[in-house]
Amino acid sequence: MSTPLIEIKNMDVAYQKQLVLSNISLSVFEHDFIGIIGPNGGGKTSLVKAILGLLKPVGGSVKHSMNSWEIGYLPQGNQVDENFPITVKEVIASGLEHGLKMRLGTTKSRQHKVEKALETVGLKALHSRPIGELSGGEFQRTMLARAIISSPRLLILDEPDTHVDNQFETELYALLKELNKTITILLVSHDIGIISPYIKTIACVNRDLHYHASNEISEEQLKVYNCPIEIIAHGPVPHRVIKEHIHK
Amino acid sequence: MDLLHLFTYGFFQHAVVAALLMSVTCGIIGTYIVSRRMVFISGGITHASFGGVGIGYYLGFPPLAGAATVAVLAALITENLTRRKVMRNDSIIAILWSLGMAIGIIFVYLTPGYAPNLMSYLFGSIITVTSTDLWLMLALALTVTTVFTLLYRPILYVSFDEQFARIRGIPVMFINYLLIILVALTIVLSIRTAGIILVLSVLTIPQNISNLFTNRFSHIMIGSVVFGFFASLLGLVLSYYLDIPSGATIIFTLVVLYLVARLIKVVIFGR
Ligand SMILES: Nc1ncnc2c1ncn2[C@@H]1O[C@H](COP(=O)(O)OP(=O)(O)OP(=O)(O)O)[C@@H](O)[C@H]1O
Ligand SMILES: [Mg+2]
Repeated sequence: MSTPLIEIKNMDVAYQKQLVLSNISLSVFEHDFIGIIGPNGGGKTSLVKAILGLLKPVGGSVKHSMNSWEIGYLPQGNQVDENFPITVKEVIASGLEHGLKMRLGTTKSRQHKVEKALETVGLKALHSRPIGELSGGEFQRTMLARAIISSPRLLILDEPDTHVDNQFETELYALLKELNKTITILLVSHDIGIISPYIKTIACVNRDLHYHASNEISEEQLKVYNCPIEIIAHGPVPHRVIKEHIHK
Repeated sequence: MDLLHLFTYGFFQHAVVAALLMSVTCGIIGTYIVSRRMVFISGGITHASFGGVGIGYYLGFPPLAGAATVAVLAALITENLTRRKVMRNDSIIAILWSLGMAIGIIFVYLTPGYAPNLMSYLFGSIITVTSTDLWLMLALALTVTTVFTLLYRPILYVSFDEQFARIRGIPVMFINYLLIILVALTIVLSIRTAGIILVLSVLTIPQNISNLFTNRFSHIMIGSVVFGFFASLLGLVLSYYLDIPSGATIIFTLVVLYLVARLIKVVIFGR
């Protein structure tokens, strides 16, 4: 097999001595599409931040075979000031920046890429809107456009379906599936039912990590993995994949 | 005396140039401060710098040099302790804020001889700026304008989303420290004109006036320079004719301008 894009070995992550991820190992290869699932507070976001180099592991190692700006990233909501005076177009263009560049004005190719990204997420009409005047879903689409505009080698999305409506959710996952032909994707979600048809493999994260080399998983398996999340059936999803959700 | 005649006086020309330079620097830096919600930090740096004024008086070097040293130190300490999460950010600021004032008062008290003109440091004195002050203000205005022109995008991106900027390989720490030093220097040079008590308003009111009409970082910057200069000029003229303190009159004019702008917005845009 080729060398992995990301290689995590026996990694520990902690906040002020409080261990939140313990002895984690995971290799991410080109063309992977891994669904990262787990309960609230299980450590999914911490794992993503360690991969991005935003959190320094207290033990073990994370090796990259690429630069951090070759990663597209959509953070989990509420990490930025939503009233900051910046427009949709400016936010999306920031996904193209890398390193410290002193530049005036904008180039044709830059403008073209921004327009294409705006089209992809369906925000053409809102390009000059300040982000403070967007709905939650429109904001999330803006952040998605910022993540994919640079055609990254690896795309990491932390709960991208927050706030977006059903129609865009479907479009979003279809888009990811299309992108996955060329791009490696890590997708954080706590709804395995929705992402199952699109992903290739699953990583269950709850302080430790269990890698599951299939996009299908049973409740029994989740129990074995110590990953207490509910499996919810969505519409006409094949039931051999997803057990029916029963209200207690 | 007619208005045009006023502009032929040397002291008034100095004051007008000072108002222009202050409006440019504070318009740009103030937009950064307001957008990043750093108003309280700026208040802390402002008041801490009074410690430097006192030490300057006591040791016999220019109080403004003392203020600049202490302001930059206070800025760096706040930035560093906040990053390392040693203490809550607002607590650090409160401590530096009052510690600076305390040190300032103690040293001014200990200084033998005449009681220095404290009022001009507390409330500013744009009418008495020297040509040295003006050269310093010009240098800072040019520096700030150049930095914000060349590094506009990195500054905007780091301010909006630091973590994302770091992933994009933008030197976040460099931008943060460069900007906090510029904030400190802006504050110190504005103390000369607006005073410790009033400087925060020249860094925030023009921005809030602009913000009524635009929500873009670059437009707020430009608007703040224009509104700031207009209000300073009007304030200067008013203070001359009414024979009242210039710094306070400028602030008063800014607040009235804000209220008028609000009213215009309600009447024209209906909200
Ligand atoms: N900045 C922080 N300081 C201290 N503890 C933190 C911090 N961020 C997260 N934690 C803790 O680390 C653990 C893992 O958090 P993390 O955000 O990685 O979970 P998650 O799986 O992404 O959860 P969610 O589904 O709610 O997004 C939680 O117990 C959380 O309380
Ligand atoms: Mg999370």
